[in-house]
Amino acid sequence: MGGYSNRLLEVNNLRTSFFITEGEVKAVDGISYYIDKEEIVAIVGESGCGKSVSQMSIIQLIQSPPGKILGGEAIFEGRDLLKLNSSEIRRVRGAEIAFIFQEPMTALNPVITVGKQLSKDIRTHKKVSRKEAWNIATEALKAVKIPDPEKRMKNYPFEMSGGMRQRVMIANAVACNANLIIADEPTTALDVTTQAQVMELLVSIVKEYKTSLIVVTHNLGLVTRYADRIYVMYAGRIVESGTCKEIMKNPSHPYTLGLLKSVPKLDSDVDEKLIPITGAPPTLLNAPDTCAFLPRCPYASEICRCNSKPELHKINGGNHLIACYRDIARLKNEHDY
Amino acid sequence: MNMTIEQNSVLLEVNNLKMHFPVSESIFSKSKTVLKAVDGVSFTINRGETFGLVGESGSVKTTTGKCILGIHNPTDGNIIYNGIDITKLSKNEAKKFLREKQMIFQDPYGSLDPRRSAFTIVKDAIVADGHKIPKGELKDKVNSLLELVELDPVIGTRYPHEMSGGQRQRLGIARALACDPKLIVCDEPVSALDVSIQAQIINLFEELQEKMKLTYLFIAHDLAVVRHISDYVGVTYLGKLVEVTDSRELYKNPLHPYTKALLSAIPLTNYEVERKRNRIMLQGDIPSPINTPTGCPFHPRCIYARKECLTCMPPLREISKGHKVACHIVN
Repeated sequence: MGGYSNRLLEVNNLRTSFFITEGEVKAVDGISYYIDKEEIVAIVGESGCGKSVSQMSIIQLIQSPPGKILGGEAIFEGRDLLKLNSSEIRRVRGAEIAFIFQEPMTALNPVITVGKQLSKDIRTHKKVSRKEAWNIATEALKAVKIPDPEKRMKNYPFEMSGGMRQRVMIANAVACNANLIIADEPTTALDVTTQAQVMELLVSIVKEYKTSLIVVTHNLGLVTRYADRIYVMYAGRIVESGTCKEIMKNPSHPYTLGLLKSVPKLDSDVDEKLIPITGAPPTLLNAPDTCAFLPRCPYASEICRCNSKPELHKINGGNHLIACYRDIARLKNEHDY
Repeated sequence: MNMTIEQNSVLLEVNNLKMHFPVSESIFSKSKTVLKAVDGVSFTINRGETFGLVGESGSVKTTTGKCILGIHNPTDGNIIYNGIDITKLSKNEAKKFLREKQMIFQDPYGSLDPRRSAFTIVKDAIVADGHKIPKGELKDKVNSLLELVELDPVIGTRYPHEMSGGQRQRLGIARALACDPKLIVCDEPVSALDVSIQAQIINLFEELQEKMKLTYLFIAHDLAVVRHISDYVGVTYLGKLVEVTDSRELYKNPLHPYTKALLSAIPLTNYEVERKRNRIMLQGDIPSPINTPTGCPFHPRCIYARKECLTCMPPLREISKGHKVACHIVN
């Protein structure tokens, strides 16, 4: 904390598991990350890699049982979010940390107008009159570029398009002056052209209101354009982290490399064959202690099979970290992978 | 007669296809309005080639696929499959083509019977419509189909819920192949899959096409995927086909303003290019297909829109060989 005056959130060694009849599912298995003020950080990974659970954990949105936060800390503006009791954390949720979900229709109440929902949320966190709350909400809708906000306040969520509903979610974050917006796959349910609109809006809100943004996504392209720094997750752990430039120009964990090689690109030659990652993501139930990517890794060798999970370590100087035993920079050239 | 059909390279020709659905304005009102799901779409697919349909949701894609398979009876236009207009056939005559045209669905979980094992699912497809096969051969045929889609025949005893998403999609493909189809309509076959699994399935589609001389109509919203797998790509917008071109041209030389915007909206993974690129941002949302704009359906969102765009729908014109576009301002 001390010394990091610019640090907004620092998560250390967070561990969240789900205890089901078959055993323990280590959804988040000791991850550490941070986000500075006015920064955009992306957490990338496939479904089931623990990226959403890691975000839900820090605002204690894990249902218990079966879920349980086993350890770690999440220091947000000087206090540990994991140690707050339920009424304290409720004051943080929505007001200081706003969450934007993948499917806005399920996050909004279908039988209450958008205006009522927004003003109720504002009144939960701020001591203002109904009328003032209504005005703040209208202003927020204007800020997220919803045309004709006064009229839209009286609409129900189903009367709006998907892109519009996602804007309402963003308006909610704006109205409550959140310091941190966590967007979990914010554009996955939207059409391509609407995706671009919503992302541009989110980024402009971050700039204008000086908030920070964590984007949780599987879309590498989205990350390339907007993120300052990236964390790549696989099977509950962070396997690579660094600045966007470091990772996109020099991906160094075999998983990150594989992801980039397996996605068809618009600007590449049509005849170029895709190189898929073989196999399927592992189940996190009673997983072995070796590197989780081992069964799918083209570079795996004896050292990977004999040792427990590799820890994150620095490569190329800088802050580029990978969790891998192999010297990928050298192997990349040899394999032509 | 048979010879001439076989030599003809065109397998499927869709001419001015229209599919309109009547919808009620509210539950109580009797007045009906028309939802124009497909409104004058024409394209051809050659044997052994892949034609990709790409566009945002609520454009034309799935309905076109369903018309071709005979699930919907089109309002107007014709679909010429293997030289025969299938829209004019009686139900019994159309049955003959059922096995030749198969579909692969977006959600492999929703399209597989949860109470049947993988083996039974494929077996049922082989013997469907009273198709006869010697009893001893049935088991071998199922197993060879499972192997063809790179599934271990051991999986035959499993039920869909015991399989991963990728395995389920492979099973869906095996089921489609069980009928020895010529044409497969692939409706968003990879969009429900994880990124690392998508490439496996896309490669499988390409290998199967080569091995079995299959023809695909590949429907997806992901332009990069469609471009990768298709020989020709049709871009759809609100019931209309606005641009048809071969997949190389699509990225190098897009002509329709909507295609340009679509290409520009898709983020690239090349750091240098992506960070410097200027993007065309479309305003607003795609309009409802019930009250479609007059003239060119794209005009309310088009920055180049002129007077004639408001009143008159531009026809799909050939600009260069194999490259067609429906736009007034392109010349």
